[in-house]
Amino acid sequence: MIGLTTVKGSTQNNRRMISRTAIAAMLLSALTAGAAAAADFDADATITIGSLYEPQNLDNTAGAGQGINEAFNNNVYEGLFRLADSGNVEPVLAKDFKVSEDGLTYTFTLQPGVKFHSGDALTSKDVKFSIERVTSAESKSSRKNSLKVIAGIETPDDATVVIKLSSRSISLPYNLSYVWIINDTATNLTATEDGTGPYELADWRRGSSLALTRFDDYWGQKPSNGDVVFQYFTEATALNNALLTGSVDIITSVQSPDSLVQFKDNVDFTVAEGKSTTKLLLAYNDRVAPFDNVKVRKALARAIDDAKLLKAVWGDYGSLIGSMVPPTDPWFIDLTKTDAYDVESAKALLKEAGYPDGFSFTIDTPNYDPHPIVAQFLQTELAKIGVKVTINVITANEWYSKVYKAHDFQATLQEHVNHRDIVFYGNPDFYWGYNNPKVVDLIKQAEASTTTEEQTNRLKDANTIIAEDAASNWLYLYPQIVVSAKSVTGYPLNGLNAQFFAGGIRKAD
Amino acid sequence: MPVIFSYLFRRLAILLVSIVVAAAILFVLLRLLPGDPANALVSVGADPEQIEAARRQVGSDLPLSEQFFRFIFSLARFDLGASFVSHTPVLPEIGKRLTVTVPLTLMAFVLAIAIALPLGIVAAVKSNRWYGSLISVVSQLGIAVPVFWIGILLVTVFAVNLRLFPSGGFPPRGWARPDAAFDALVLPVITIAIVMSASLIRYVRSATQDVLGSDYLRTARALGASFPEALIRHGIRNASVPVISILGMELASTLLGAVVVERVFSLPGLGSMLLLGIEQRDYPNVQGVLFISTLLVLFLGFFADLAQRLIDPRLRDRSGGVAR
Repeated sequence: MIGLTTVKGSTQNNRRMISRTAIAAMLLSALTAGAAAAADFDADATITIGSLYEPQNLDNTAGAGQGINEAFNNNVYEGLFRLADSGNVEPVLAKDFKVSEDGLTYTFTLQPGVKFHSGDALTSKDVKFSIERVTSAESKSSRKNSLKVIAGIETPDDATVVIKLSSRSISLPYNLSYVWIINDTATNLTATEDGTGPYELADWRRGSSLALTRFDDYWGQKPSNGDVVFQYFTEATALNNALLTGSVDIITSVQSPDSLVQFKDNVDFTVAEGKSTTKLLLAYNDRVAPFDNVKVRKALARAIDDAKLLKAVWGDYGSLIGSMVPPTDPWFIDLTKTDAYDVESAKALLKEAGYPDGFSFTIDTPNYDPHPIVAQFLQTELAKIGVKVTINVITANEWYSKVYKAHDFQATLQEHVNHRDIVFYGNPDFYWGYNNPKVVDLIKQAEASTTTEEQTNRLKDANTIIAEDAASNWLYLYPQIVVSAKSVTGYPLNGLNAQFFAGGIRKAD
Repeated sequence: MPVIFSYLFRRLAILLVSIVVAAAILFVLLRLLPGDPANALVSVGADPEQIEAARRQVGSDLPLSEQFFRFIFSLARFDLGASFVSHTPVLPEIGKRLTVTVPLTLMAFVLAIAIALPLGIVAAVKSNRWYGSLISVVSQLGIAVPVFWIGILLVTVFAVNLRLFPSGGFPPRGWARPDAAFDALVLPVITIAIVMSASLIRYVRSATQDVLGSDYLRTARALGASFPEALIRHGIRNASVPVISILGMELASTLLGAVVVERVFSLPGLGSMLLLGIEQRDYPNVQGVLFISTLLVLFLGFFADLAQRLIDPRLRDRSGGVAR
């Protein structure tokens, strides 16, 4: 083909990016708890992973919840690409790909010799089938929107997939990392699977556990363990006890800071802190008064001592953020100085905005941790500038009806878990109703960029503007803490998008 | 014989009406909760079309009356449907959950009776001794203490410190490994048994006290029976009639009342299925669990009645009268 740029082995088409990836990978492997220490390991060990996030079903286009990503992404199902623990997009089932000069045609060559767990070989038809499942009318995938640019998928031969776009989409490889490649003859995907990953599903007991076993015909690197069992808990305390008593080997994401003490000072356990993408937000309804006023939003941002809040909730863990973009996103900039804690200037701003005596509003607060405590903290903080907060506690399900769908709220607390979700600020119809045409435009243009550098610059600009506008109040970035038994190593630390790759986990003999 | 048939017939009719009424109440209560079952299927980032599609899929876009008739029709065919969220058929899933909840409840029940019967009788007979009073006081305490607290206490002592039993969870392959499954249930069983026996002791004690003050016991003693002899021959049989109806109710309430214990110990039982179902507004699951447990409760009441009639001939003789 004429006029195509070939990109091999990386989605980033410049060298600097690749070397940065390499450095990140080196740093990461150095960080990976005791990676070098465990040379002797049991290649057939069963790794029991304790988690609070049980999938609701086994199909990520049928509303399975975040738990399915943890258990299945790159363990049972693989995509053309994957979001590595470093935050980079790496090719998996796509051996390489070419992009036409206008950026509208992507030609993917598939990895040869890939088999599904049922024994069928991977072909381009499976890829087409899998992508169309995500974009179909019934799909509940949160990534459906970002794949709307796909105008058509062609399969000229078994090893080639051609994707035609209606407009440039530089994030296509990234977005494809959310698409599981599934055998096109598979049925009943809410209870069974047919993927190409290193593990196949052995057993699923709802409300309790999900067992995976090594797939012997796996095309890539064999896992360094034999079986992986995800054991699910509804209570953080019960999960901690399970690790303490040795019935689980790892906790994927510790959610109760108080419990860390018992592991930190214990030689039998490793406490590892990685980078998460989960941000805690006080999101305003930017459509309604007084939150349609930038000055009010900025005043509130300045009135709240985020550092004190983070310390109260997480002790020495977690970090502060000045906007929606966490450090693992390529367009991160430190914006914590924007509207930093300053009660006096908050009062002044409020006066300028026409609220010299403050005002009152209601925070719709999800009933699970840490939201209710955080709401109380905000109540005390905002009282200092004369703003009176009423706390309305609601369930997650109600939150969805009231806040997300009906936009019937003044302000709400919510954790946003996804990677690269600054794009929500480019959608004026999103629940928080932030509408700055400049940002909408920048986010649209970023997607149409020809180079990642261009994309990064545009998103950095958008990021700076939303921070200046105090579009929402970004309270802090959750820590990502993995605790394991000392004998277990080689697990991912960052858990981006709640993934947990199990293939590299080793258990000492 | 005809007496027992008319009795059975009446019981069945009551059973049927109870079920229909329970189903209707259930339906209304569930719909009164704010929220939408479709919400459990979509995540942040979903667009309005996706949300509408989800509502169509679970039928929450239909008028309530239509939802209700669909529900009653499928119940009549004994079709409990499939979960909105997991898409698994409700009935087999309940069956799977019962393999945890039924052994849990039964073992706790047997253990509770084994504790409560002797202690309750001793508390009544020896109420003037220090240990008799002690039993009463301790059982009072047992009623006052919340069940989850006992669970957490047991876990701290016997799982975390002594490492005798697992702290929670259920083996992935369930009863395929009976020893592991049994181990997983030991602490939950003890937890429920402690709470259950605390209230049972009080019932046994008061039933025994009633018997102790009765004329027939005095008569039996006057006719020359020793105290233990009279108590065993006449006392226990009489005292067991009220206790059995209490036992029936206790057993029924524990089937679902185990929800707290199932949560503390992360057990995949009926209670945790119900709790999750309510959180997610997963109507088929909630309706299924409550429907099946209503059935169980009604049947247990029925069997408790029958048992009472077997024990107490006076109840049998009353022409077809429903016990109690």
